[in-house]
Amino acid sequence: MDILMILAEAARSAVGPVAAIYALAAVGLNLHFGYTGLLNFGQVGFMLVGAYGVGISVAVFDLPVLVGFLVGLGCALVLALLLGIPTLRLRADYLAITTIAAAEVLRLVYRAGFAEPVTNGVYGLQNLSSGFREVNPFDAGGRYGFGAMTFTGNQMWLMAVTWGLVALFAVFTWLLIHSPWGRVIKGVREDEDAVRSLGKNVFAYKMQALVLGGLIGALAGAMLAVHQGAIQPDQFKPQVTFFLWVILLLGGAGRVFGPIIGSMAFWFLMNFTDGFLKGLGREGLLPFLDGPDYGAIQLAFVGLLLVLLIVFRPQGLIGDRKEMLINVK
Amino acid sequence: MRTRLVTVLLALITAFLVIPGAVATADEQGGESLHGQIGQPDDRDLGVEGIEIAVFEGDDEIEAATTDSDGNWEVGLPGPGDYRVVVDQESIPSEYEVRETVLLVEGEAEVAVEADEQRPLIIALDEAGAAAEEPAETESPEGGDATEGEEEAPADDEALEVEGVSGGFGDRFAQLTAAGLLFGLVIAVSAIGLSLIFGTTQIINFSHGDMVTFGAMMALLFSSGAAGMGNSLLAIFAGLGVAILLGAFMEGRLGRTLLIVLQWTAIFGGIALATLVGVLGDGIDWQVPLWLAAVIAVAMGAVLGGTMERYLWRPLRKRNVALIQMFIVSIGVALVLRHVILVLFGANRTRYAGFQVQELVHLGPVSMPPRDLVIIGVALVVLVLVACLLQFTRIGKAMRAVSDNRDLAESSGIDVDRVTLYVWLLGGGLASLGGVLFGLNQVVDYEMGFRLLLLMFAAVILGGLGTAYGAMVGGLAVGLVAMLSTLWFPAQLMNAWALALMILMLLIRPQGLLGSRERVG
Repeated sequence: MDILMILAEAARSAVGPVAAIYALAAVGLNLHFGYTGLLNFGQVGFMLVGAYGVGISVAVFDLPVLVGFLVGLGCALVLALLLGIPTLRLRADYLAITTIAAAEVLRLVYRAGFAEPVTNGVYGLQNLSSGFREVNPFDAGGRYGFGAMTFTGNQMWLMAVTWGLVALFAVFTWLLIHSPWGRVIKGVREDEDAVRSLGKNVFAYKMQALVLGGLIGALAGAMLAVHQGAIQPDQFKPQVTFFLWVILLLGGAGRVFGPIIGSMAFWFLMNFTDGFLKGLGREGLLPFLDGPDYGAIQLAFVGLLLVLLIVFRPQGLIGDRKEMLINVK
Repeated sequence: MRTRLVTVLLALITAFLVIPGAVATADEQGGESLHGQIGQPDDRDLGVEGIEIAVFEGDDEIEAATTDSDGNWEVGLPGPGDYRVVVDQESIPSEYEVRETVLLVEGEAEVAVEADEQRPLIIALDEAGAAAEEPAETESPEGGDATEGEEEAPADDEALEVEGVSGGFGDRFAQLTAAGLLFGLVIAVSAIGLSLIFGTTQIINFSHGDMVTFGAMMALLFSSGAAGMGNSLLAIFAGLGVAILLGAFMEGRLGRTLLIVLQWTAIFGGIALATLVGVLGDGIDWQVPLWLAAVIAVAMGAVLGGTMERYLWRPLRKRNVALIQMFIVSIGVALVLRHVILVLFGANRTRYAGFQVQELVHLGPVSMPPRDLVIIGVALVVLVLVACLLQFTRIGKAMRAVSDNRDLAESSGIDVDRVTLYVWLLGGGLASLGGVLFGLNQVVDYEMGFRLLLLMFAAVILGGLGTAYGAMVGGLAVGLVAMLSTLWFPAQLMNAWALALMILMLLIRPQGLLGSRERVG
């Protein structure tokens, strides 16, 4: 087992396309939870509508991929409004249950039989990335990078766009949070009633935050569709949301760089444990485990990480402990 | 410290950069390939063996593959480019045919493969003749697909199986009502714990669903022969159980140090015993009937709940961890529990042996297998017992008092920590029982509890978060809505309707049917 090689592969995935996509979705979640204190456990629902916006536009109606992105964003806007109007007046724990339920309902609807003409049911949609790859400035067959950090041209193009979006929205978040709007949002997180007593419309501010974060989530979903070239409803299970929460808490909620650092660290750890377990398995050191068990152990490890983070370091890698100890109401 | 970290990081980065790229790419197992898995139409987890797939570039066949026993196939490709994939119709078992999709026409598909892409290709099978039996009036092939989707719905893991539903609308209504009643009772049994736990500790316990799975798995383990692993698990849980009971009953009567020593002795004794019987392996083999296995499972579920309260939640409460954080911890616990179960028991979908095929009992318009009648009976008895416990016993009254107002209960002299422990014991036991009943009615697999969890949330919110009776009423309502929705809508959406009912309830009456108004802030 070559430990250096496993580390290199893990480091490669930490800057790779998947890490970028999850970072983008976590930036949206950061706006929800980190700054506004909304317990959104349905971020995967936004990713799903974003991905299917692209998928249905491209694969079923043969529209250009850019139109698909706009359709996805439009769907996310509608979803955020539908979700927010009934639930944003409720207590945080109700919001959590409702959002996770709404995301599951969406997944069930998209995979259901009656939607099959548009969504192709459980089989999902294929051939989604050609439109995106046509405008690829990199040489599709070429290799870029040095040493262990090598990516194909298509990967480079996707990474460039996604990390670009991440950077864009990180700057956007920074600007927002340091504006008067951002101060109100943080006030909502700390004490809703106090903000309300100052004459602010708390519901409207929460709704704006939900819509903004949801749109960013949808964009991440759209990038996922373009990256994979094929989407299936069952890849948008609640687990994705849990990953995003680990990423956010690992990096540090309420910090502009939190989700970015979190995503890189999370995918580094995921791929490292995967490579490490597989390496041990090849050496014959884990005779009582089969191949599929490694994935399960990895997910159990994610759960353990979540517990340990909350118990011992709720502020994550770069967060502010004081900020995260506040009991969000 | 910080500079040292930076140095290590820099050293690592340098190391990656000097690793030659060629070696790194060799790890990617040689460039381009096509792969996929072909499963049976009624259960995609079961592969179809021996289907031949050939890949052509232009007119030249370059590679061919045959699916293995799990239905997996993989074809290595010489390089990026456009390929034509042909599924050999002759090699497909006569009861199936290749499903036509946008990409796959008459068993042939054109695919473009990028450099270094390991591309999946979905090839699905249908029952032969399914397309031919489609009603003639469906205009487009898409319409036909949609009806097929409904036909394969019963095998879909998002929908539940209901036996013996047929006949006219009235008959089906009666049968589905009975099925909904059964489902609702199962949800109610599992959800009481969730509601009481929320009431006493304000934690929304995301791991409750996996406690349900735990119960079903334990009953499966002990009813199908508990060698090695079963003995070990039993030993560990016995140790934990002794420790918790010691804590519950002997606190205050024994010295603090002695108590702690005794508790940890019990736990480590359990672990040591588990190692011992684990080493003995299958030497001690025993098997009990399902009802006894269910009793063991309920006891172990109670111990699991008690252990989580005593060794996780109580310390967290003492540290003043915020509720939101507790909520996230419970998600972590759920992930750990679910995947440990997955590692230990595998991803198979199993049924309790001996209860699969049963003669239907006819009661007027309703016919159901005897096992379903037993489930309904057990669930009703348990619900009545729990209601009596809550209504008439001291500890039950204390539970309701703590659930209603924790601070007030504490100031009137109730030992809140002990009551909370009892609530977790009760909740864990009931969740396990719910799991056994659900598994008896459906199949046992590692995700069953998570599928039930959202319905339990729906039940609890519908009835009123924190009230035990609300969970019962809500469970019944959710079960009935889920089942009756299949009268008009596809079975795949039954859970969606239950969740939609919950969202609707939050709009109209957020405190739930039996909740009091000021609960919702």
